[in-house]
Amino acid sequence: MSTLPGRNYEPEFSRSSATIGKSVVVKGQILSREDLVVDGEVEGTVELQENRLTVGPNGKLMASVKAREIVVLGTVHGNVEASEKIEIRKDAKLVGDIKTMRIVIEDGAYFKGSIDIIKPEVAKPAPAKSAPQQPTQQSMAASASDQKK
Amino acid sequence: MGAPVTRQSYGLEQFFASLAGRQGLRILDLGGACQENITHISSLGHRVSSEDFLRTLENVFGEGDFYLNQEREDLVERFTSEVLDFPPSHFDGVLVWDTLQYLSPKLLEMTLHQLNTLMQHGALMLSFFHTDEKATTAPMLSFRIQDSKTLTLASRGVRKPAQFFNNRALERLFEEYKSTKFFLTRDNLREVIVKR
Repeated sequence: MSTLPGRNYEPEFSRSSATIGKSVVVKGQILSREDLVVDGEVEGTVELQENRLTVGPNGKLMASVKAREIVVLGTVHGNVEASEKIEIRKDAKLVGDIKTMRIVIEDGAYFKGSIDIIKPEVAKPAPAKSAPQQPTQQSMAASASDQKK
Repeated sequence: MGAPVTRQSYGLEQFFASLAGRQGLRILDLGGACQENITHISSLGHRVSSEDFLRTLENVFGEGDFYLNQEREDLVERFTSEVLDFPPSHFDGVLVWDTLQYLSPKLLEMTLHQLNTLMQHGALMLSFFHTDEKATTAPMLSFRIQDSKTLTLASRGVRKPAQFFNNRALERLFEEYKSTKFFLTRDNLREVIVKR
């Protein structure tokens, strides 16, 4: 049961991103420093460490994937690591293990694999010279509540 | 079952009570991936593995006679390799929900034995069985965890169960396991907690 507001694919597609069109087949390694939309086929590895990967409705990835944010509307076979968030939309299919900070799975999506939720790194407070070190309880609690969203 | 029903589940409560105070455990959810279950289990600090057992069951055996197909060795092999291919003692808890009642006796026995080997000693498994033995069909349900003792149940189709089980039959079914506990509910379901 998704609580997300209804969002269309079109606006995402029209954002200024590099695009692999639906008639394109890529075998090998893709490294990108900008957002990428894959609506074709990719076999190999895909890495966009600081950017967003969108697998379009026609997209088929047989690949291990690393990105800051991943949105799947098509098919992915392979392990997936999203440092911030992964969304598996209605009718999408993902088979593989996921490592991410946050995950959204819409009703109708198919997922098979394991999910590891990584906790956000808690910033260490700067060492105070005169005052005793403050406990990090507050930021830990904020992280936990963020995960439940 | 028409509209989704949200209610307390003693079986679920026992299941999560057994995990209390621990983190980083591996939980197998055979009901298919859903946001609520993933959010709840991962918020407790555990790793969740999702398998849509009923969907694979339909995909593998659904063409033709569903239960007769479950006697075919090639299909059984395909089915078990698709849904139960994990290392031994891999899981600290298994949520099988209502899936077991749609297995023919031979496949059921094989599946329970396989699940037994996938579970750690002392791990719990939660399952549900329909109690109305006169029913010709039973709703296949989706189970969404609202909190550690509350579930939302919704129908995801109907199918005649392979067999119905009373308490004695369930005890015999799970005799390979260390202990079996039942909770009879108002919605004609028997919640069963077994311990590896």
